[in-house]
Amino acid sequence: MKLLVSWLLPLIAMLAAPLLIGLINRTKALVGGRRGAPLLQPYRDIRKLLARGAVYSDTGTWVPQLGPVANLAGLVLALLVVPLAGVRAPIAFPGDLVVVAGLLGLGRFLTLLAALDTGSSFEGMGASREAYFGALSEPALFLALAALVRVTGELSLSGAYARVDTELWANAFPVLALIAVTFLALELIENSRMPVDDPTTHLELTMIHEVMVLDHSGPDLGFIHYGAALKLWLIGALLIGIAVPVRSGNSWLDLLAGLAGLTLLAVLIGAIESLFARMRLAQTPQFIVAAGAFAAVALVMALR
Amino acid sequence: MESLPGIVQTLGVLTNFALLGTTRIGGCIRVLALQGLIIGSLPVFLRSGDLELRVWLLVGANVLLKAVIFPWLLLRLRARTGFMREVEPFVGFVGSILFGLAALAFATWLAGSINAALIGRRFVVLDVAIFLILTGLFLIVTRRKAVMQVLGYVVLENGIFVFGISTVVATPLLVELGVLLDAFVGVFVMGIAAFNINREFADVDIDKLDALRG
Repeated sequence: MKLLVSWLLPLIAMLAAPLLIGLINRTKALVGGRRGAPLLQPYRDIRKLLARGAVYSDTGTWVPQLGPVANLAGLVLALLVVPLAGVRAPIAFPGDLVVVAGLLGLGRFLTLLAALDTGSSFEGMGASREAYFGALSEPALFLALAALVRVTGELSLSGAYARVDTELWANAFPVLALIAVTFLALELIENSRMPVDDPTTHLELTMIHEVMVLDHSGPDLGFIHYGAALKLWLIGALLIGIAVPVRSGNSWLDLLAGLAGLTLLAVLIGAIESLFARMRLAQTPQFIVAAGAFAAVALVMALR
Repeated sequence: MESLPGIVQTLGVLTNFALLGTTRIGGCIRVLALQGLIIGSLPVFLRSGDLELRVWLLVGANVLLKAVIFPWLLLRLRARTGFMREVEPFVGFVGSILFGLAALAFATWLAGSINAALIGRRFVVLDVAIFLILTGLFLIVTRRKAVMQVLGYVVLENGIFVFGISTVVATPLLVELGVLLDAFVGVFVMGIAAFNINREFADVDIDKLDALRG
């Protein structure tokens, strides 16, 4: 039974991830006094894009065609080792957290290459920003994971998250709270959500992620949108695993708790996007480094 | 709640990072007030069992001074010397936070090695104390506006206070209150000095001290 739920987890993630984006958009619309798009709109967008043909820049080589596909493949692979709340991932081995970070990094790298290879100076600008901010946010991810490993004593994601229960929260409250804050910040940073980047903007000078995918079209753009939803789910799952310490032993109950957590998280992100303005681009590195500082303090507190 | 001292210490460490990363002087002063409240009340969380009147007196004096009087003095100073809004550091905010990380690592390592050398009682919050002292010194060295030097001095004093409660079981009350009085006079005098410098030269940029010739 446990195994069945474990293998169901990546499937649910792949099916339900775009729903998170729909939830965020719906929350933003409701807070703004509008009715908003249907919850299933992201699915329609992706289907629409998949049905179209792709247009490739003449200056580009095969790299822009590889970027979105490889990024998506990496994310799907990463989903296989990321647990959700008490539900273990189908695959778990010591050090799999490095694999997740590596796959995220690989996806970022290929997106960068694809953006640079289109030959647009504009996308080079976005790639430069993404590289800079990525260099700051990856240490934060590693420090947070290191603190988690230290405090749970497990080297695999599934093992570590299985040990995050209410008892551990009572014993190591500061460490877990700091890790959770770091993951929340990373969720906003990595998925280009509001205080860092505006996912709806098309104002050139402020974009980070959006500017890199300007030259992608059709199925490639669909893959990118779908990949973004998977990434939102993936980092959200890392956060929910800590913020929702429900470890009942019953896999279905744990799964339900995790999904409820993710739903709440999407509403929370929508609320954050409605309440906060985007930061000045010059302030963004400060925000990311501050997230890293939270993770570092967590690690120090865990080491004491 | 067993982890309560840990939470208080973590909050204290985080206020340090807030001080290193805040761009506005007003914001820095408010964070300093928060830090004074947290650090000043630390003895209550660290000592188990019944607390003597002495400890309460110390905590009360500390919180009153560092969370109310110092911020009030500094805010008044900032208001009087009109154009002091931005911190304007010599080392950027990202650099400052990175220094904070390095300082925290160093403080933890140093406290760890000192603790290892002790056979009996362990120093409970030694790393927080060292981290506060390093941050205070860093703020004094790298900030341009004279108010921030006063602020760094108070952070340094916070560090010395934590060092005191972590190393000595029972410092005489008179000594502790004497240190507080020192800090109070220090902040008072530095505030007046900064105000007079501002009135005389219409600026409190310490970088301009370089141009002074005797």
